[in-house]
Order: sequence, then C-alpha cells, then structure tokens
Amino acid sequence: MIRSILISFVFSTILFAEFESDLQLKLILAEPGDTIHLESGMFSILGTLSMEGKNNVVIKGSGINGTILDFSTQVEGAQGLSITNCKNITLEDFSVQDAKGDAIKCQYVNGITFRRVKTQWLGGPKPTNGAYGLYPVQCKNVLIEHCIAIAASDAGIYVGQSEDIIVRYSEAFDNVAGIEIENSTRADVYGNNVHGNTGGILVFDLPDLPVKEGRLVRIFDNIIKNNNLDNFAPEGNIVGKVPAGTGIMIMATEMVEVFQNTIIDNKTAGTAIVSYFITEEETKDTEYNPYTSSIYIHDNIYRRSTMIPTLDHDIGILLFFHFFRDIPDIIYDGMPDPRYVGLNGLVPDTRRLCLRDNVDASYLNLDLSKNFESWYSPFLSDFNTDDNECNCTQEPLPEVVLTLEH
Amino acid sequence: MMISKIFSAHPVLDHALPNLSDYGFFAKPIKNHVPINEVLPYKIASPLFSDYSEKLRFIQVPVNETITHNEENELFFPVGTFLIKTFYYLNDARESKGERRLIETRLLKKTSSEWVAIPYIWKEDQTDAVLALAGGRKNVSWIHSDGKPMNVLYSVPNMNQCKSCHVKDNVQQPIGPKIRNLNIDFVYNQVSENQLQKWVKEGILDSFKDLSSLPRTVNYEDPHDGTLDQRARAWLDINCAHCHQRGGPAETSGLYLNLEEKDPSKLGVFKPPVAAGRGSGNRNYNIVPGRPEDSILEYRIASTDPGVMMPELNRKLVHHEGVKLIQEWIKAMPEGK
Repeated sequence: MIRSILISFVFSTILFAEFESDLQLKLILAEPGDTIHLESGMFSILGTLSMEGKNNVVIKGSGINGTILDFSTQVEGAQGLSITNCKNITLEDFSVQDAKGDAIKCQYVNGITFRRVKTQWLGGPKPTNGAYGLYPVQCKNVLIEHCIAIAASDAGIYVGQSEDIIVRYSEAFDNVAGIEIENSTRADVYGNNVHGNTGGILVFDLPDLPVKEGRLVRIFDNIIKNNNLDNFAPEGNIVGKVPAGTGIMIMATEMVEVFQNTIIDNKTAGTAIVSYFITEEETKDTEYNPYTSSIYIHDNIYRRSTMIPTLDHDIGILLFFHFFRDIPDIIYDGMPDPRYVGLNGLVPDTRRLCLRDNVDASYLNLDLSKNFESWYSPFLSDFNTDDNECNCTQEPLPEVVLTLEH
Repeated sequence: MMISKIFSAHPVLDHALPNLSDYGFFAKPIKNHVPINEVLPYKIASPLFSDYSEKLRFIQVPVNETITHNEENELFFPVGTFLIKTFYYLNDARESKGERRLIETRLLKKTSSEWVAIPYIWKEDQTDAVLALAGGRKNVSWIHSDGKPMNVLYSVPNMNQCKSCHVKDNVQQPIGPKIRNLNIDFVYNQVSENQLQKWVKEGILDSFKDLSSLPRTVNYEDPHDGTLDQRARAWLDINCAHCHQRGGPAETSGLYLNLEEKDPSKLGVFKPPVAAGRGSGNRNYNIVPGRPEDSILEYRIASTDPGVMMPELNRKLVHHEGVKLIQEWIKAMPEGK
C-alpha cells in the first residue's frame, strides 16, 4: 500500500524533476553501508539536496566531470548539497556547479570525506557567486583530497570551527581565498596547488563565534602561485580585507607551521603573519585572542618577479611607497601576544615567529605595536627588515591522524 | 534503488501512515478539520511567516497522559503526542470564511526516542493528504489581502528540511508550542478562553502555581500589543531563532535572535558577518543602529534570492509587514557605536 502511494507521488509531482526527487528520496532513506550512485550526465536541480542524521553512507558519481549537479536554475535553499548531523559520509566523483549559495555544506558531521569532488561557478570570479565551494563547518575528521574548487566569492575550500582535518592534493583557483582554515584545530594542508586566487591559503581565527582558538595547523609541500586576483568578495565579508597578491596569510591564531612550500609571484605578500588589528575591525568578544603566536616558517622556497603590490589596499600602498616593486616575501605585523612578552620585553622562542632556512625570503616587520596610529602612513612609519629577530626554531607540530571509515 | 528496500529502511516508517485520514484526527470529510478523538485546536502568539499561507494547528495528547513543565517554563510532551499543522490559502484572503485550498499538513510525533516529522501533501480534490517524505512544490494563486492577485511556487519541505529548522543540539523539537507562545486566548465553540488554562482543564497539561505570572510573547501583527522592540523581537524569535540561537544550526554565525538574547552584539549590532558571502549585500554589519538600509539583516529578510534570503527555507515571498517592522525597529535604535 505504502509503496504504491510513494511511487505515485514521485511520478505525479511534475514540478519536481524526477532525478532530483529520486535522489532526495534516496538521501532521506539511505541505510548504514549504502552507496548512493549518481549516474553520468548533467542534472538540473531546483532545490537544496539534503542528507540528515545518516551513518556510513557514500554518495558516488561517475567522475569529477562525469556527474554534474547543476544549480543554475535553483529556486530554493541556500546550498547545493547540505549534509548535517551525520557520521562517516563520503562524497566522491561528482561536481556541483552554480549553486545559489554555498556549493556543499556539511555541519555536525564526524567523518566527512570529499574525494574527487569539484565545486565551480561557471561565469568565473564574480561577487554574485556563492561564498564557499567545499564547506565543512563544526565537523570532526575531515578529509578533502583530489578536489577542485573554482570561483567561490569567499573560499573555495573552507574548513571552519572543525577539528582533525586534512586537505591534500587539491586545486583551488579563481576564488577570493583558495583554501581557508578558520577557528579550527589540528589541520594538515599539503600537496595542494593553489593559484590565481586573491589569497592562496588563509589560517584565521575570528571573533564572535561559538568555536574559537583554532591552532595546530601545518601547511607544507604546497605550490602557492600567482594569487594576484582582484578581491571580488562582497563587502562586509572579512575575506574582503585580504589584499590581492597574498600567498599565505596567518591571522590571529597560534601554533602554525609552514614548511617546504613553493611560494611564487604573489605580488603583495608571499606570507603574512598578522593580528586581527590589521582588519581595523573592533570586537567586543572578550574571550577572543587577536594575536598570533608560535608561528614557525621554514624551508620554503620564495620566488618573486619584480612587480608592484596591489594598490587597492592600504598595506599594498604602504609597501609600494617603501619598496616599489621589490616587496618583502614575509611580512609580520610585529604584534606579539602580550601574555608572552616577558619583563625584559622579549618573547620566548616557543611563542615567537621563527624563520629558518627559507630560500630567497626577504622579511619585513611592520611593527604595528610602535606604529599603530600611523602604520598606514608610509612616511611616518619605522620598519625593520632584518630577519635576525626571527632567528629561532620550534618543535615540529604533530601530524594529523584522522579516524575515518572509508 | 529498490523501493521495497527503501521501505524497510527508515525509522519514520514505523510511525508514518500513508494518508492523513488514517490517523483519525478529524471527522470526515477531513478537509473541514473538525477535530475528534481528543484533538484540540490551538494557535500561537506570533506565527512564522510561510509565504502568506494560513495555518490550522492541533494537538493530540495520548489519553491519561499530560504535558509537564519545569521552572524554566519548558514543556515536556508525553510519548505519542501529535502536533498537527495544516497550511492553506484562502482563494480570496479578504474572505476568511470563503473557499480555501489546503496544501500540506505536517505532523510532529513524539516517539520514545525523539520527535519525528511526517509531511503530507493534499490531493487536488482535497479529499485527503498523502505521505510525501521528499516534499514537493505546488503552484498556488490567490487574491491577496490588498485585493491584488498573487501566486507562488509553494514549497513543501522534505523530511530533512523539517529537521533543519526543528533542531536544537541535534535533536528534533517543536518550535511554536512554548508556554510564552501559547499563553493567549483561543475561541472554543464561541467561548474565548486562555489556551493554557483550557489545556489544564482538559487534563492534557499539568497545572501551574500561578498562571497569571507566566510570560507571553506579543503578537507582532498587532501594533497595539507590546512595544516596537517587543514586536520586532517576537518576529525575529519565531522567524529566525529556530536556527539563530545557541545550539541551533546557525550558531556558527554567532548571531542569536531568540527572545532571551540580551547582548546587542549577539543580536547583530555592529557585528560583522561570518560566512554571509553575497548575503552581505555589500553591507558591513548585521545591524547598524538607525540605518536599516545599511544593515545586512534587513537586506536578507527583504530578498527572495535563494543564496541571500533569510530564512533559507520555506519562503519565496517577502513578508512586507515583517520587513517594515524590522526596518522601524532598526531605525528607532540610537545611532552611533
């Protein structure tokens, strides 16, 4: 009885495309151990596809370019695919394009794998694109590998308020931020190709969020190249503050190790280590720590053709006036966490910014703590470019180990 | 996928009957919604906007069971309780006794483990409503309260979408039936009576020490009920706070719009957005006091773009009255940090 009713419902609702309703029903009724297969082809989807409360399910297409879920005619829902409150979910071998909001959002999922998944906005970089491509938030045990993220108006690959994360062997381009790790703990980001974004890889801690104090992030063996795209984030978004031409930006967070990356031709800042003050935003969050500490940057290769920094940003203008076309590779705002500044005015090595064995890396300390009122005035500022002040080493951070089913 | 496999699968199917009529909530023809079998109608003080649809609400508590409550005025419903909500449109919104078209009925059933949501869609001939786990869409036309024709591609949420609003700390829950929302009068057989008092009298709700001291949400639709601030907060509470509260799905934004929230920055005052993307509308803060036109909150509730609009689900139209209320509320806030 029930079966026939269900079938008649599926086939009678003409406003609901058959592929979409069929897939949505599978997502609702999946059992532990199921693999939901998506056939080859491009399928037009009108509303957010959602999976909720599932354990141990694989959603598998026929290839990263073989199964395409197209949301260009989406009429409802703020995501393409939404996965909430699940355990051990694997998404692989499909592509989500032109979602009206975020492409794939996962929230409260313990064990989420994205493998050979692409998210894309076909019209290229535009402020009207959705904010995030791959978007796990408040998740645990996150694996993103062999994925491609293109043209998100915030971050192509964004992991927020999560724990135990690996992002590897993926490619991100034409986004405002290529890869962003935000308010998250224990993340390894390696083997990625991040090019042509406004900013390549960002590690941020932001205020006013329920999960804060991200830490223990390793960024290594990535190629971070030509991230010089004009910032196209809609105003109001914090990522809109990232200067075009940023390779790596570490903001207001601690315990970050950056090593063995190749950082090439990012015109404004190969690597920036800055406090939240750089945003010139105020916060009333009393539990928030706006400073960086325990940052270790070593064994990276820097290469930079002579080119002028972005002039759409105060820092770019400041750099331009001081350095013209030979912009330092590593830029530190010189704002140590006051909790770690000793009576002698020094910060112990374990809590400092340490630089070691970087190839062809020049250094700049903006010394905001001294120049805070006038830092944006290129004529009044007094900068240090001698990296001897960062001549120290730190213990390597531990490798991230995930607990995943498949 | 084998349909038979589908049907052995989902725990909701232990509770879902194929047709709404199978539950015996209403006398036949059930489209008239005449309650039988201890089913009681109710309403809530400030309703959620759902594309100008009208709603009928009912509750059925198992015989000899009662709803209990605690010092914090939380309600605890006994296993087997049904909350029943039917969405419909009057053909002409100006004639409340006129012809109407029933669209969907949503059941929330309290099971031994949790609440389950069970969606039904009404047949075109209005004889019954049929189980629709995957939701659906319906084209609906009507004459609006201003006399102008309106239409909408009405969306019946699927089971997952039910939960995406009805969830707190990952557990599915009712939204409307709170003590402060129920603490109003309802007309039962032409006699007006406080709903909580009626429920106590009917024996489905434990009595209160002092009913007159219980809180009540103002009705945002009534300009004479409460202050502008209270009405705006009531609107935000019912339309936004199911997600935007601690433990709700939008807690990642740090924006909390539930009635209990007191911290202005958590309510959005000079709070920058977190993951709004183009939802920011090129505005910098959720609320800029005195300036609705610069406030992201105003932008998003006035939008119908799926990637921008709030709430994300179950709305295709702008709630003009609600937007106006929020505009006035923001405008009345003293300017400056």
